Amino acid sequence: MEKDFIVQLDRISVSFDQEEVLNNFSLDIRDEEFVTLLGPSGCGKTTTLRVIGGFLMPDSGRVLFNGRDITSIPPYRREVNTVFQKYALFTHLNVYDNVAFGLRIKKKPESEIKKEVTEMLNLVGLSGFETRKTSAMSGGQQQRVAIARALVNHPKILLLDEPLGALDLKLRKEMQVELKRIQQSLNITFVYVTHDQEEALTMSDTVVVMNNGIIQQIGSPIDIYNEPKNAFVADFIGESNILPGIMHRDFTVSFAGKEFICVDKGFKPDEYIDVVVRPEDIKIGDYKTAQLSGVVKSTVFKGVHYEMVIDQGGFEWLVQSTLSEEPGTLVGMNIGPDDIHIMHRNGLDGEVDEVV
Amino acid sequence: MFKAKAVSVPYLIWMAIFIIAPLVLVGIFALTDAEGSFTIENLSGIGRFTPVFARSIWLAAIATAICLLIAFPMAFAISRMSERRQNLFLMLVMLPMWMNFLLRTYAWMSLLENNGLINRFFGLFGIGPFQMINTQGAVVLGMVYNYLPFMILPLYSVMTKIDNSVIEAAQDLGASNGKVFSKVIIPLAVPGITTGITMVFVPSISTFIISRMLGGGGNLLIGDLIEMQFLGNSYNPHLGSAMALVLMVIVLFTMSITSSIDSEELEDMLI
Amino acid sequence: MTRSTKSSRAYLYVVFTFLYLPIFVLIFFSFNKSKSRNLFTGFTLDWYRQLFQNEMILRALVVTLAVAAIASVCATILGTAAAIGIQGMKRWSRFTVMNFTYIPVINPEVVTGVSMLLLFTSLRYFLNFNMGFGTLLIAHITFNVPYVILSVNPKFRQLDNSLYEAALDLGCNPTQAFFKVILPQIMPGITTGFLMALTYSIDDFVISYFTSGTSQTLSIAVYSMTRRKVSPEINALSTLIFAAVLTILLIMNFKDIRSENSKSGLKKKGAERI
Repeated sequence: MEKDFIVQLDRISVSFDQEEVLNNFSLDIRDEEFVTLLGPSGCGKTTTLRVIGGFLMPDSGRVLFNGRDITSIPPYRREVNTVFQKYALFTHLNVYDNVAFGLRIKKKPESEIKKEVTEMLNLVGLSGFETRKTSAMSGGQQQRVAIARALVNHPKILLLDEPLGALDLKLRKEMQVELKRIQQSLNITFVYVTHDQEEALTMSDTVVVMNNGIIQQIGSPIDIYNEPKNAFVADFIGESNILPGIMHRDFTVSFAGKEFICVDKGFKPDEYIDVVVRPEDIKIGDYKTAQLSGVVKSTVFKGVHYEMVIDQGGFEWLVQSTLSEEPGTLVGMNIGPDDIHIMHRNGLDGEVDEVV
Repeated sequence: MFKAKAVSVPYLIWMAIFIIAPLVLVGIFALTDAEGSFTIENLSGIGRFTPVFARSIWLAAIATAICLLIAFPMAFAISRMSERRQNLFLMLVMLPMWMNFLLRTYAWMSLLENNGLINRFFGLFGIGPFQMINTQGAVVLGMVYNYLPFMILPLYSVMTKIDNSVIEAAQDLGASNGKVFSKVIIPLAVPGITTGITMVFVPSISTFIISRMLGGGGNLLIGDLIEMQFLGNSYNPHLGSAMALVLMVIVLFTMSITSSIDSEELEDMLI
Repeated sequence: MTRSTKSSRAYLYVVFTFLYLPIFVLIFFSFNKSKSRNLFTGFTLDWYRQLFQNEMILRALVVTLAVAAIASVCATILGTAAAIGIQGMKRWSRFTVMNFTYIPVINPEVVTGVSMLLLFTSLRYFLNFNMGFGTLLIAHITFNVPYVILSVNPKFRQLDNSLYEAALDLGCNPTQAFFKVILPQIMPGITTGFLMALTYSIDDFVISYFTSGTSQTLSIAVYSMTRRKVSPEINALSTLIFAAVLTILLIMNFKDIRSENSKSGLKKKGAERI
């Protein structure tokens, strides 16, 4: 079902000290979606979030909220709340007072505040912690307080700025599930900023991959993972082998000195392209019958699989396999047509104005 | 970012009138005579008081050195204690400081007198009495007594950051106790040493109470001279301002030396 | 190890004896019947009685407390406002203002004292006033403000900017955000600054000496007593001050220990829950 756009960024430009962070940046976000802005540090994702939150006035461009221009509305009059990177909890207040903060500013009656805060603490699993000092809580608990403090104000959009960055791996995984659950139970828009591709793929309805202030690709996690539009996206989303090739005609590509059958079409004859092959998609086989062969340079046990570097004619392939091969052995590699992803050279580096 | 520059305006005005203007006045007075015309006679006239300046620097330097010698092992010992004991001993160091220093100095006056308790104690063994009050030694003692905590506290605050494992690592690498001290602890304590030196030297060189109470009339220091030009019998604020100017120069010079040691040390550490 | 701790303990005792013996001798002779500072002739509380009848001392005490209280309150307000403004300044102007702020801290007290005396005597050519409580108060505010600024500034440095943004995010306008979030966050620094100002004010002699004119603080009264005649009233006064300081420190220490205990207790409880 098509939903309306809740936020539209219209040709936003932001620069700090003459350095352009966002240039003519446009992005439309649909209501009730979990949208993730993904990219390396300095790619402009946090800046985008701050523009939506109202903490940053863009040099030019408009921010629309439900079609209404809110560019010059200060943060305290926007129906948007934020979960900050390091939580930004008020250390001089206890858990209850932190969560009640926004409601008290709005001068809600205390009885109503009590009801709402209790409900919200229940939602994030912190019932019984009301009088606790925030400094006496674990990182995960502080995180929950920050989320409750933002959500209790019933924002139309929740902005989350790398909220899980400070947590350890196990807790991060738990919180990912938790956040997704909260978002679905409340049915509001989450705009989530992270540099962690796994996080982005796990939680999002839509992922926006950014680099240098430019959107590289917008799509569902599955699309982004399986069909990266360019080398940057492919490289950023998981580990991959990227190598140059030529698309001879539909369904036929050559790279690494061999011709392969693939599932892509619609390229110019003999177009120069980039090929992406995921490490887990390469199957190790007998070197005599395999499509490619190379010498194992190193093997590292990674828990679930072995990770090997295989030298094939000067190119070092990254391969993940449940079988281990001794360094120095000659092995064969097979790649199925589905596992070969073809990308245009230079990808997309012009303007992108796409609809999420 | 929260910004409200305007609220600092009252302070800026206050600062201009009561911090900057008085210092400008010191400069003006130092360079003019009673009629208000320009002269360098005040500054050149200070030459007459060279012995006083020399004595002030010398006594303050001795007092600072003694403070450093006493305070260093003291601060180290405290820094190696359990946290609760550290707090207790720090409080014991600071407690005398909270008592007015006139009273502290007064206490020594009665101890050092010719028929004071110390000479009485010596008398039990049939020696003395020694002349102790109104000597340079008494002045140095007064400085050490009053300003010792100012040396202990900065030393302690750098030493408490030296982890025991650093000392153990040095020992592990074959350093003897002496070597640990000279090669590890002292270098790491340099910022505390320099702060301590300034915090003891500056009040020592500019005091006029300690010298007056314990040094009698014969051991005047710069502070006494300045005081006498403003409130004493030899009223001459122009000469007094010139002296104050010279005193400030001495202090700034001391501080620039100690801070340059600091920054060199810092560079060394960075390399 | 034991030998070295033993010798270091002995060393500590020697230094603390040096620090405390004069004070204890002073206290001891406050109970002495005769005026002698060296010979104990019998126990009495006469000197305390005399002290409480000594108009000069009592008046000086009132002046000291009044100046300290007013000056530290004014300095705290002025200094906190200054610190708030300074942290919003550009690097260069902040650097300049801070350097001027350091002047009263690093300058010898005698120089600060005479420079203010020069200012007041010069101003008297234009304005009609006498040196006294007013000038004393101004001088005290002046040397107290830097301590307030220096203890509030680090709190601003520690202050997470996103706290301010969080307050805006939750609906505060900038003024509300200041009073509801920033002020409580920098409060410990303000309190420290206030207490420092209060103690420096009570303890000050040199600057008061040059700027007090006709009014007399306790330390000036003590000074004139030590100059004129030897009276065990001074000993009695020292004993009372020492007792007061000791009581304050013990209370503060006790509070510290209690708050630390409750903090670590909380942590323990938290750990159990998790």
